[in-house]
Amino acid sequence: MKNQSVEVNFIMEGMRRRKRRWLFVTTLLVILAGVLCCAMLLLGNTIYPIHIVVRSLLGEEISGANFAVNTIRLPRMLAGVFAGFAFGVAGYVFQTMLRNPLANPNILGITSGSSVAAVFCITVLHSSNSVISIAAVIGGLLTVIAMYLLARGGAFSIGRIIIIGIGIQAMLDAVISFLLLKSAQQDIAGAIRWLGGSLNGSKMSELPPLILVVLLFTPVIIIFGKQLSILELGEQMASSLGVSTDRMRIILIVSSVFMIAIATATTGPIAFVSFLAGPIANRLVGVSSSNILPAGLVGVNLVLFADLIGQFAFEYRFPVGVITGLLGAPYLIYLLIRMNRKGEL
Amino acid sequence: MNSTTDSKKRLDLHFPKHFTIILVIAIILLVVSIITSLMLGARVVSYQELMDGLFYTNQDSYGANVVRKRISRTIFSLCCGVALGIAGVLMQAVTRNPLADPSILGVNTGATLFVVCGITFFNITTAGEYIWLALIGASITAVFVFGIGSMGRGGATPIKLLLAGAATSAALSSLVTAIIIPSAYAQDQFRFWQVGSVGSGNWDSIKIFIPFLIVGLFIAFLSAPALNALALGDDVATSLGIRPGVLRFFAIVAGVVLCGTATALAGPIGFIGLLATHAMRFVIGPDLRFLIPMSALAGAIILTFSDVVGRLIASPGELEVGILTAFIGAPILIILAKKSKVRSL
Repeated sequence: MKNQSVEVNFIMEGMRRRKRRWLFVTTLLVILAGVLCCAMLLLGNTIYPIHIVVRSLLGEEISGANFAVNTIRLPRMLAGVFAGFAFGVAGYVFQTMLRNPLANPNILGITSGSSVAAVFCITVLHSSNSVISIAAVIGGLLTVIAMYLLARGGAFSIGRIIIIGIGIQAMLDAVISFLLLKSAQQDIAGAIRWLGGSLNGSKMSELPPLILVVLLFTPVIIIFGKQLSILELGEQMASSLGVSTDRMRIILIVSSVFMIAIATATTGPIAFVSFLAGPIANRLVGVSSSNILPAGLVGVNLVLFADLIGQFAFEYRFPVGVITGLLGAPYLIYLLIRMNRKGEL
Repeated sequence: MNSTTDSKKRLDLHFPKHFTIILVIAIILLVVSIITSLMLGARVVSYQELMDGLFYTNQDSYGANVVRKRISRTIFSLCCGVALGIAGVLMQAVTRNPLADPSILGVNTGATLFVVCGITFFNITTAGEYIWLALIGASITAVFVFGIGSMGRGGATPIKLLLAGAATSAALSSLVTAIIIPSAYAQDQFRFWQVGSVGSGNWDSIKIFIPFLIVGLFIAFLSAPALNALALGDDVATSLGIRPGVLRFFAIVAGVVLCGTATALAGPIGFIGLLATHAMRFVIGPDLRFLIPMSALAGAIILTFSDVVGRLIASPGELEVGILTAFIGAPILIILAKKSKVRSL
């Protein structure tokens, strides 16, 4: 009897410790994100002191600062925050659900699905931003549906899903190349910059759909994400623990696709954020807990940090996607090597 | 004595079933593809004009000149098809992996990265200079991907190689984007080169191609019997007096030379190796002594036909063959993934 209570205490202690770590890491990430947000608002061609930025944000008329802060830097910062969060959360959900850090929307071709739709809208239809957003969501969802239909039948195999994803991506990339090839010279630069993922030219008017979707779907994902950690134990285990795996999977996938597609439509596919956020969050917090929020916050930090580097570190202003790509690529390779060594594939 | 020659004879004469018929059909298809490639396009030439263009050099009609222009293109596409077909077989044989193809393994992207560096940093414009860069890029990437893919338990399983290829591709593409974004000139050059097309093929590129093609073919044919033994496993191959390491090295060198050259001259054309090899393995079986030449033939047929179809679909313009092959090849990849047993993924 006494023995048992010691064990229970031990487990409870472990839980408390993990919870403390979770809280600590999350708080730290929030603070870091706050610092980066401030940097995004303060820095630029003209560096404004904090009190001017605050007054400008509160609506005071200050010539120069008003335009730079309210019209250029604030939307840019908000786009980075929400898109980064969306990429981080969605990527984490996919990685956890498919139990493979490589199974993220980038490699599975979902981002390509959104990209095809958006590039089509940019180069052929010259449509407005709201149409591009809707098209990107539809493109992403259609890709997932196609993948689901193709992967159906037989036992659930992650390897098969990934290969199917790679195949679909090859086709979609061919379509993108085709669209770029056939489009007029003046649309090319816009499309390529968009394809690279960029916060340049974010406007306040483009942000409401992104913000709305993030605020709407994050709670859904967090609620259902509780069961996600059970799903991580494996299909059979989850079923026997009373988790309705199919319904849950569909809800999570649809929510994630919405987030990722809207974010993609707003900023372009910012490379590797959805891939990096999950593993980094897991490393910081530990795998055992539900890391949706930390993953989103890591995404925010990554995007803001990369955007600051892209804006100020080089002579040429690189869009954020290029920087995340350069940061993420070595990590991807490293992860692959480590997974192979451990025989996790 | 008698018995050894006897068994040798039997070994040599062990033709696949219906080999003659298949060979005849393939040759007929090849001839048809050549003729259609010469006759069809934005301007359809008549039989008389075809004959004039081919055999009467003093005839100077418009149609005859069109045919003469198309001769180089057709020969070029045959060369590319042969090279890619053989590269596909070699890579599949070396890795003992039915899904290997230069494009899937990221070798094309490696070549692309080096060529883009050449265009941007060294102002390289001629195919003769591209080709060395592409070969270096392709070789480094091939070694890298095989290295990562074969780490850990179980060696180079299909899924591991594929993921290594996809991840490396993603990493290299982000480098490519980073390099081309600051330069409008490179962007414009790149969007044409990035899509594989045989339209740029002329006598000069064929002249550059031929030596590489001969070297690649030579190694491929020489190593075919040994590769057959390798298919039984490294131990068996060793006991048959083959050094697997050396053999793999040469076969990969040949594969990389072939697909690297094709990529340098025509741009990345995907899936030809996959398609050709699987089509031929389906009809004549896995014996590499037959599979290698037949895949070369099949590659030439598929590529030339795809080129013709591309010209017809988008007439009076043309659909680049790289886009078309992605559309035909990716579904095949998906089907293969669906068919293969879960365990082998």
